[in-house]
Amino acid sequence: MSLDQSPDQTTELTMDKAQPRLLDAMSQGLLGTRLSRPEGALKVTGRAAYAAEHLPDNLATGVLVRATITKGKVSHIDSDGAKAMKGVLAVFNGDPLVRNPAQGQAGEAPAQVLPEVHYFGQPIALVVASTFEQARAAAQSMTVTYEEEDAEVEPATASTVDKPKKSQSDTGDLEGALRDAATAIDVTYATAPHTSAAMEPHASVAEWKDGRLTLHGSYQMLKHNLAELADALDMSEDNVRILAPYVGGGFGSKLGIAPEAVAAAHAARELKRPVRVVMGRDQVFQMTLRRSETTQRIRLGCDASGRMTALAHEDRVSNLPGEAFSEPVAQGTHFLYGGENRRFTHEVARIHRPGTGSVRAPGEAVGMIALECAMDELAEATGIDPIELRVMNMRETTPADGLPYSERGLERCLREGAARFGWDGRRPAAQRLDGDWWIGMGVASAVRTNQMEESVARVTLQSDGTALVETDMTDIGTGSYAILTQIAGEMLGLPAKKVRVRIGDSDLPKSSGSGGSFGAQSCGSAVFLACKGLREWIADKLDVSPADLTLRDGVATGGNVQMSLADFAGLPQTSEGHVKPGDTADDFAIAGYGAHFAEVGVHADTGEVRVRRMLGIFSIGRVLNRLTAESQCHGAMIWGIGSALTEELMHDPRDGRIVNHNLAEYHVPVHLDVPQLDAILLEDTRDDQANPIQAKGIGELGISGAAASIGNAVFNACGVRVRDFPMTPDKIIAGLPDRP
Amino acid sequence: MKPFDYARAGDVAEASRHTAKGATVIAGGTNLLDLMKLQVMTPSALVDITRTGLDGIEESNGGLRIGTLVTNSDLAVHPIVRKSYPVLSRALLSGATGQLRNKATTGGNLLQRTRCPYFYDTAAACNKREPGTGCAALEGRNRVCGILGTSPHCIATHPSDMAVAMMALGAQVEIEGLNGTRAVPLDDFYRLPGDTPHIETCLEEGDVITHVTLPAPPEGTQGYVKVRDRASYAFALVSVAAIVRFDGGRVVSGRLAFGGLAPRPWRTDAVDAVLEGKSPLDAAEAAADALLSEAEGHGDNDFKILLARRTLRRAMRELSESQA
Ligand SMILES: Cc1cc2nc3c(=O)[nH]c(=O)nc-3n(C[C@H](O)[C@H](O)[C@H](O)COP(=O)(O)OP(=O)(O)OC[C@H]3O[C@@H](n4cnc5c(N)ncnc54)[C@H](O)[C@@H]3O)c2cc1C
Ligand code: SF4
Repeated sequence: MSLDQSPDQTTELTMDKAQPRLLDAMSQGLLGTRLSRPEGALKVTGRAAYAAEHLPDNLATGVLVRATITKGKVSHIDSDGAKAMKGVLAVFNGDPLVRNPAQGQAGEAPAQVLPEVHYFGQPIALVVASTFEQARAAAQSMTVTYEEEDAEVEPATASTVDKPKKSQSDTGDLEGALRDAATAIDVTYATAPHTSAAMEPHASVAEWKDGRLTLHGSYQMLKHNLAELADALDMSEDNVRILAPYVGGGFGSKLGIAPEAVAAAHAARELKRPVRVVMGRDQVFQMTLRRSETTQRIRLGCDASGRMTALAHEDRVSNLPGEAFSEPVAQGTHFLYGGENRRFTHEVARIHRPGTGSVRAPGEAVGMIALECAMDELAEATGIDPIELRVMNMRETTPADGLPYSERGLERCLREGAARFGWDGRRPAAQRLDGDWWIGMGVASAVRTNQMEESVARVTLQSDGTALVETDMTDIGTGSYAILTQIAGEMLGLPAKKVRVRIGDSDLPKSSGSGGSFGAQSCGSAVFLACKGLREWIADKLDVSPADLTLRDGVATGGNVQMSLADFAGLPQTSEGHVKPGDTADDFAIAGYGAHFAEVGVHADTGEVRVRRMLGIFSIGRVLNRLTAESQCHGAMIWGIGSALTEELMHDPRDGRIVNHNLAEYHVPVHLDVPQLDAILLEDTRDDQANPIQAKGIGELGISGAAASIGNAVFNACGVRVRDFPMTPDKIIAGLPDRP
Repeated sequence: MKPFDYARAGDVAEASRHTAKGATVIAGGTNLLDLMKLQVMTPSALVDITRTGLDGIEESNGGLRIGTLVTNSDLAVHPIVRKSYPVLSRALLSGATGQLRNKATTGGNLLQRTRCPYFYDTAAACNKREPGTGCAALEGRNRVCGILGTSPHCIATHPSDMAVAMMALGAQVEIEGLNGTRAVPLDDFYRLPGDTPHIETCLEEGDVITHVTLPAPPEGTQGYVKVRDRASYAFALVSVAAIVRFDGGRVVSGRLAFGGLAPRPWRTDAVDAVLEGKSPLDAAEAAADALLSEAEGHGDNDFKILLARRTLRRAMRELSESQA
């Protein structure tokens, strides 16, 4: 069935008020279980075809060429030599090639600026040849001449600094409150830029048939990507189809259509044959959007009891001129703790480093490092236990707008986590030496704003009594196939093997896509609604009210009747679910919460840090699949270790280029950096304001605050407070105390 | 990658004939292939030596003779290496990853190129890659660069761990060239950059490394300490290979070699000379003073001066504790 055929029925919901907990009344027992990913076997046996593995006949290969200046104009590309090389089919430069990937949910083409160059590494041309080797050799042979202009690349000294109005606020009398505070701290933190470093590089295979483009890509949000790609190519969305059934990780870098997709589509159109473009690993580093570096000044003041009276979070991030995104550093700070005198300032330095965009948990991933380390500094300064200080400063309603919180498990996570972790074994700073290692513990709150996005999904109850779930949702390695199977199975009383999920095709009903931790809850809610519609249809057939209908193991029971689903007349029955955010998003502060605990060792001579154990405990409303949810927490906590200790994109101070553009020199944590991780999900929570399935996002919560717990543990271990992340040995070694 | 000719040599003499005509040796390929893909190295011809049979480890003159094709994995687990040359085994196992070590060879490891990021970027000035273009690292991101033995033309470090241990052990390199074979002490094998940083060793056209020999196992306790930016799979910021004899809590004698600090695995008699008669920690301080008196940071890598001192302290402490 295609998009324009209307379903047999549609169930719509705008989330204006809390919904009944229908899923709790179901009896299949599938939801929340540790169901392994249904597509897992295909992936580990190499049968799940990723974008670059589609090999249509007559496929040509393109290789992108990067700019080797920071700012200016390409005045000439000498491609004659390249074109004469064996196998070379064409060289494209200029429109419609794009400068960088689209920002998440942009829905329009990213900047198309050629022949201008705005950052070192920007794609400026595509060389297409019969084979990859030919294309790469030709791409490397080209001589490009530029008109070069001066460019600023340092955020601290940038002459153009934007201050987006909506991100500045000043409430009460901050300076006065700090002056009068019994204890006040004023500290500045810095965090390094990050790259997403997804395992699968950005890759597209473009093929045209009868004026319609099919693109096998590696993307997170197909409905937006469709619009972005169509806009970039100046054509109608109706003539574009994007297929992305398997995506080897995204972490934000595949939210928006990227240079390789536009280049492949354009080349395929011009050459009238399919074209594949895969970014090399170095290109992924240089041409996709990175997480901005940040500097963050935090000021906190409290009275003698520890109650906070003042809170300021002022930050500077960067982006290319004209890019709308800016890392929302203080997003979590706005509502986490009290302090009636508050100030937030947010500055965006306009510089010519590669562009910045959303990378896993934009905002909290870095903002929570500064806030939660500063809270630890306040705890240290007041002598109050870090957990008590945090609990004491939670407020009944949000400090800025007086909104009620929806489900908020923060205090529970802090206290339960402390008990499980053995927090009472923590000693004052620099007092535990184990052999050559200083040992310490740290804690941090975790918070991540929660949002639901509009989503549509279609569920068909097939003639054989099985269900087919269809939506353009993506699975970026997270478990979408699994949780959609579980939601449909739970609602329709079907075991997992009787539910088939088709996703990753832009011709299917439009979902939120994967991003912002909203995929599972948004798309899951749409599937839930579609199934709710089917339940009503079945109940109607049995002449009972939906509340009196039981669906289990493929059998419907209602009143005195029992009937196999396959025996219903009128199958297949197609039902669409359509969910939209509504008033609850404005009336409540909705977020996921948790707490991180870390124990580290710091080498007493060299300042190397090893995380010894880590525990994260989270409250995310309904858990859809315990296994995939825990895996998300593990991955996020590991990134927390990376943010704390190893990960840093290094920019050249003169031209802004990324110098460590490979996985040998950009240090994601390896196995030996990762100790035993405990990820605990509170069992019994539901967030009624979030969506009709009462579930919140988990993909990003686990990273938010994780690095801070390690920073705080480092301080507790050796008494060195590092305010510049990552905490590589050079930042610790000089301050190490003498051994007792 | 530029197109290139490829020949597979059946024996060393054949390989030597190819290199005499300008061919570049390929062994495991774990470094060379990466550099060729990036066009950092653009040999017009390769000679593959993996079928020359130089993959044996034999006892010789009380020491060990290691064929150039012995993989880093095999060398690390060889019973004699583990028992009598543990510093080498540890250094090898601290390098790269299991997959790489399975492929990486002894000769290739000695000759691996620097990890200076600008060396890897063909759009950067780099005297080592392209003589005369300048050195982008001097005022750039030089965290991984050196503090000893550098020159204004190049501040890159030699990245090997294995070679540091071999330097402490007093290894020799056996080379077969156009004029027969010769043995060169590792101490004399590497050259400092001066104003020709592209020339890294004493090898000449027609030369092929055939073996590395280790003298009889030294007396004393051996250890290798490597400090890096993550727990595994990263090059050394600083490493120390140490072979030290203790007596009654004092150092009798020692041989120290250092990685991550210089354009070559670093070792001097002057540093070894100050160890004698001191307590382990005093010896470490004195050695650090001798080692670092002329050390020079270049910005990002200033910290290596302190880190070298502390790594030395750690190595001495660990060695003295392990033999106690
Ligand atoms: C991601 C990564 C991480 C790494 N981490 C570490 C680390 O932590 N520590 C470490 O020590 N190493 C590390 N390495 C480097 C690794 O040890 C080397 O790549 C490897 O030892 C090279 O051996 P090979 O046989 O593959 O050499 P090749 O790549 O085949 O050759 C390297 C060079 O040696 C020359 N050559 C090889 N054999 C001979 C011969 N017999 N005679 C003359 N010339 C010869 C070649 O011409 C070439 O110039 C790492 C490598 C990678 C890719
Ligand atoms: S330090 Fe050496 S290798 Fe690095 S850029 Fe300078 S010349 Fe090139």
